Amino acid sequence: MLTKRSKLVVKRKMSLTERLYLPAIFNGLKITFSHLFKRTATIKYPEQTRPVSPIYRGMHVLKRDEAGAERCTACGLCAVACPAEAITMVAEERKPEETHLYREEKYAATYEIDMLRCIFCGLCEEACPKEAIFLTDRLIPSTYDRDSYVFGKDILVESIEAPVDVTKRQTPEVLEFKKDKKHYHNRTFNDAIKKSGLSAHK
Amino acid sequence: MELLVFKALLVLVVFLVSLGVAAYATYGERKIAAFLQDRVGPDRAGPFGLLQPIADGVKMFMKEEIIPSVSNKWLFILGPCIAMLTACMTGVVIPWGGELSIGESSFDLQIVDLNIGILYLLGVVSTGVYGIMIGGWASNNKYSLLGALRASGQMISYEIAMGLAIIGLVMTTGTLSLKEIVHLQDAGYANIVYQPIGFLIFFICAFAELNRAPFDMPECETELIGGYHTEYSSMKLGFYLFAEYINMFISSAVIATLYFGGYHFPFESMTGLEGNLLTLVQVLVFMGKVFFFMFFFMWVRWTIPRFRYDQLMHLGWKVLLPLALINIFATGIIMWLNGSLN
Amino acid sequence: MSPSTYVFWFLTFVAVLSALNVVFTKNAVYSVLSLIVTFFAIAGHYFLMNAQFLGIVHIMVYAGAIMVLFLYVIMMLNLNETFETNKDTFFHIAAVIAAGLLLVTMVAAFAKTDIQMQSMVDNSEIGYLEELGKVLFNEYLLPFEIASVLLLAAMVGAVYLSKKEIQV
Repeated sequence: MLTKRSKLVVKRKMSLTERLYLPAIFNGLKITFSHLFKRTATIKYPEQTRPVSPIYRGMHVLKRDEAGAERCTACGLCAVACPAEAITMVAEERKPEETHLYREEKYAATYEIDMLRCIFCGLCEEACPKEAIFLTDRLIPSTYDRDSYVFGKDILVESIEAPVDVTKRQTPEVLEFKKDKKHYHNRTFNDAIKKSGLSAHK
Repeated sequence: MELLVFKALLVLVVFLVSLGVAAYATYGERKIAAFLQDRVGPDRAGPFGLLQPIADGVKMFMKEEIIPSVSNKWLFILGPCIAMLTACMTGVVIPWGGELSIGESSFDLQIVDLNIGILYLLGVVSTGVYGIMIGGWASNNKYSLLGALRASGQMISYEIAMGLAIIGLVMTTGTLSLKEIVHLQDAGYANIVYQPIGFLIFFICAFAELNRAPFDMPECETELIGGYHTEYSSMKLGFYLFAEYINMFISSAVIATLYFGGYHFPFESMTGLEGNLLTLVQVLVFMGKVFFFMFFFMWVRWTIPRFRYDQLMHLGWKVLLPLALINIFATGIIMWLNGSLN
Repeated sequence: MSPSTYVFWFLTFVAVLSALNVVFTKNAVYSVLSLIVTFFAIAGHYFLMNAQFLGIVHIMVYAGAIMVLFLYVIMMLNLNETFETNKDTFFHIAAVIAAGLLLVTMVAAFAKTDIQMQSMVDNSEIGYLEELGKVLFNEYLLPFEIASVLLLAAMVGAVYLSKKEIQV
């Protein structure tokens, strides 16, 4: 009786009209009949779609900068932040002739997300210090074998011709949030050590 | 000879109409279910999904024919055949309309006017259960067998109450011929006025005989994964489903004929219609009544939840059967008081 | 031969063949199904004799109700070919004697009724419902009522037996 909403069930003997069931059945029929004239609650899906939230968490994209170079520097913060451990990457050093391809001196040679492990929590997006990875409103296409769900850079990196628009996710509030050191994944290594009170030498 | 040709044509027409109505009943069922549940229903094939039954039919034909290796092959094939045969046989005695005159001669829109029409209907319906039983047993599957057993127990139980409900009707009309029953209703009132309780019992029993919700235990998906037709695929499954919808069509026609004046409609003589035009209107009116009851069957299906099997038996044996007996006695007493018995 | 004679011989052939199958087949379900076929053939004979009411009632009661219950029980017990019945010689002898007695009774009964049957067939209205009702409730009222009392007694007995099972 904490909420005072529970009702005590009383099993009393039913009255004659109740035992006949017919009045109750007619009431039920009346209710179902009234639904004939109600608006449908469903939509005709492929033609109509429901509005998608601007911060819908769907398939990831690895962004390029304005010059078309990949933003990811393979710092591994996203992989650390990922609670499902879906992200793996191999870092490599940029060669001098690759400056137009990669923005930072280090880049991800391979970057894989296992979409069957991914829970689309968006922590990778929050963790990323380089604004390189974003979740988008695109859905993961279904296939028949599990291997094809491991998405590599060929799928994740946006193409130069058709960049993926993520401006809706980059509001000032979001950018502010990303600097908040309260969150573990926003801290650098040095921040973490300062907080814990240990010295770097120890 | 002329009569024979006409009757043969009528048989063909009734058969095709039954099949067509059954096909579109599947569409109607899905649409009505959808509307009652605030959905859209099938709308992909053709305008408003009107070609859906054709698409379903093609799908049924194209599906792989599977006969389980442990099944009894001949009986497995025989089951749906019997179901379909008995379903199609019942339409023979239904009077679809008045007289149709072609040239000099005029013909009844009824294939055969048996003087035991009602008994014929009951007889055919009672053999219809074999289609389900044989199919369920031959599948060699627990669920199918359970479905078959449930079906047979249920149909036997409700046939008795159904027959007794009809006896009340036969007492008031004094005939077993469906044609005469229709004519008597044209002269007086519709039989529902004389036999409201009989109608109620008959109607409830019709649900049970058709294995339709709320009495669809022989084929409930949730308990028996389809019941007696679990193992069936392709057109044999199609036969079972088709037979069910034909049965629904015919039962609606029987209810309209027995209790709601058949093809006659109120104030028929005042309309001043004559000849073939009147017959056409009669057929349309009859079809209207039939479609209303088919709608009612579907409407109830999406309103009342399924009974438990013991509740079903309780209703059949302890409620409907005594009620039908009381109805017979009451009818007899009222007729005796009225002096319509000599 | 007239068409109805052909139909008669066809129905007779079917009835006898399926009746033999009832006895000789090892599968209980086949046996019941053959019996149903027999009943349909016999109902066909009724129709040939213009006894539509008897024919349809035969189908309704025997094929439509009693045999459904037979089939129900056999399916529920799941008797199949591997099910071995009691092969005791005593039962064999008893069965032969019982069947023989039944045969003798039936032959004796039919030998006497042959002439009566002939006179009835001439009256083409005999199978109609009205005629049947008049005969049943005027001439044969007592046997009819006694038969119904017998059935009632059997029914009460059955109910009693099934009740006793529950109480134990």
